[in-house]
Amino acid sequence: MNFFQRDIETMPRKELEALQLARLRHLVDYVDRNVPFYHKRLAEAGVTADKIKTLSDIQYIPYTTKADIRDTYPFGLFAVDRKKIVRIHASSGTTGKPTVVGYTKQDLDTWSECVARLTMAAGASEDDIVQICFGYGLFTGALGLHYGLEKIGATVVPSSSGNTEKQIMLMKDFGTTALVSTPSYAYYISEVARDIGVDPRTLNVRLGLFGSEGCTPEMRQKIEEAWNLFATDNYGMSELMGPGVSGECRERCGMHFAEDHFLPEIINPETGEVLPRGEQGELVVTTLTKEGIPLLRYRTKDITRIHYDTCACGRTHARMDKPTGRSDDMLKIKGVNVFPSQIESVLIAIPQVGANYQIVLGTKNYMDTFEINIEVTDAALLDHYGELEKLQKLVHHKLQTVLGLDAKINLVQPRSLERFQGKARRVVDNRVK
Amino acid sequence: MITKQISIFIENRHGRLAEVTDIIAKNGINIRALSVADTTSFGILRLIVDDPERLEGILRENRITASITSVLTVCIGDKPGALVDLLRKLEDIQIEYMYTYISADGGDACIILRVDRDEEAVHRLTAAGFRGPDKI
Repeated sequence: MNFFQRDIETMPRKELEALQLARLRHLVDYVDRNVPFYHKRLAEAGVTADKIKTLSDIQYIPYTTKADIRDTYPFGLFAVDRKKIVRIHASSGTTGKPTVVGYTKQDLDTWSECVARLTMAAGASEDDIVQICFGYGLFTGALGLHYGLEKIGATVVPSSSGNTEKQIMLMKDFGTTALVSTPSYAYYISEVARDIGVDPRTLNVRLGLFGSEGCTPEMRQKIEEAWNLFATDNYGMSELMGPGVSGECRERCGMHFAEDHFLPEIINPETGEVLPRGEQGELVVTTLTKEGIPLLRYRTKDITRIHYDTCACGRTHARMDKPTGRSDDMLKIKGVNVFPSQIESVLIAIPQVGANYQIVLGTKNYMDTFEINIEVTDAALLDHYGELEKLQKLVHHKLQTVLGLDAKINLVQPRSLERFQGKARRVVDNRVK
Repeated sequence: MITKQISIFIENRHGRLAEVTDIIAKNGINIRALSVADTTSFGILRLIVDDPERLEGILRENRITASITSVLTVCIGDKPGALVDLLRKLEDIQIEYMYTYISADGGDACIILRVDRDEEAVHRLTAAGFRGPDKI
């Protein structure tokens, strides 16, 4: 088992928590002095660094939300002079302005250190040739993995996303051993490879470092079978830093936080109260060491659970489950609460269904309509109409019995669904609000 | 008497059939016979063409789901009662057919049948005096 920073990664929890407390106290003082927004927030809540005596005193600090970052667009939450900022990233603003983050030199070092840890935990090393198929640019995913992988001495191929046939050519010619991408793009590349007569299993790619979108266990298995690789997930978001917040080790029993840099909590997303250890709820993260844009108790909207026991790999840093969804993504369809990932688990278990499907919601006569478009990729279904109809009925029945949802199933042309080489757009919600 | 048929999944969407047939035309492949059956949301286009293997490759490149199956082609006279003679014969020899369509060529009509036991059907139909087209 390889470690990038064994001493830190296996630090006894008592020591780790003492370090977190010292850093938290320093952080509160730091933002109080350097960020007017936090100065005001903390004053209103009556919190000063002196009042933080134990880690649980963090509960007196108010939450920070994405809206707070947007409201102070572009640089309002920066804690240092603009001259000390050496890099800017921004997250895709699907509505309105993007959320902007800035990094000092020190922040970039911390970032690559965190990513170096998770890539080594996943099994990457200087022996690897890693193709980064994330789009480069304002998005943190590509550059985050890029610098972390360089730090461990891997050979980085910044091929970016898109031009899939060329990606496959590079993999073949360079002997790429590891792939950085979203899970849906990894699967897509394997489909294109087969179309052009390349069996992905014959390529050298043996490790997947996947992130930036969720991946159900069923989808992961499909990707592993398609490529004959070992798939690992990592987690992060640009507001907190980018990738590097947490990542899986070879045990794959949760993603280890870099807990010396990030302090995680789980709260009830509705009431905002902190939940006891081990319960599922919304992940809230405090950035303990960031200089550029430190955040106190940032609400990630991701629903997960945290485990604090020591992992079989020896790491003591807490592990989070794959988020089951975002509190934002939860769909209420005909009164039933469901995450898109639950629908995926049902669909992907049916062999004739491609990994590609789309959920389409609409409104008819003031009621929700719920349709699922499924790409027909299995040519064996074409011999007989009955086969196609049987498939429609099977999917309908499974969704009905597993999730209690009554869906209209549409069979569509393969590769006709909207596809992004970054994140897959799985849900189209056309409902009248 | 046995020939290759291509089946293509067609989404029931405006212009889709034209898109597919356009790809076939641009590649200089000639359609000899065709059948389209549809439900409200999708259809299956079945084709007999002059070069099914090449068409299959072209469709794969264009990411269109298609399959090749063997079908029976039987000539019958272009006159009343010719079809029923053939179907009765199939009934006699207990060959099940799943679907059928027609290609008319010159003086004869040619029936295309997807049956459950190709070889046996050929054998027994030939014995009964039926024949396949010289060229399709």
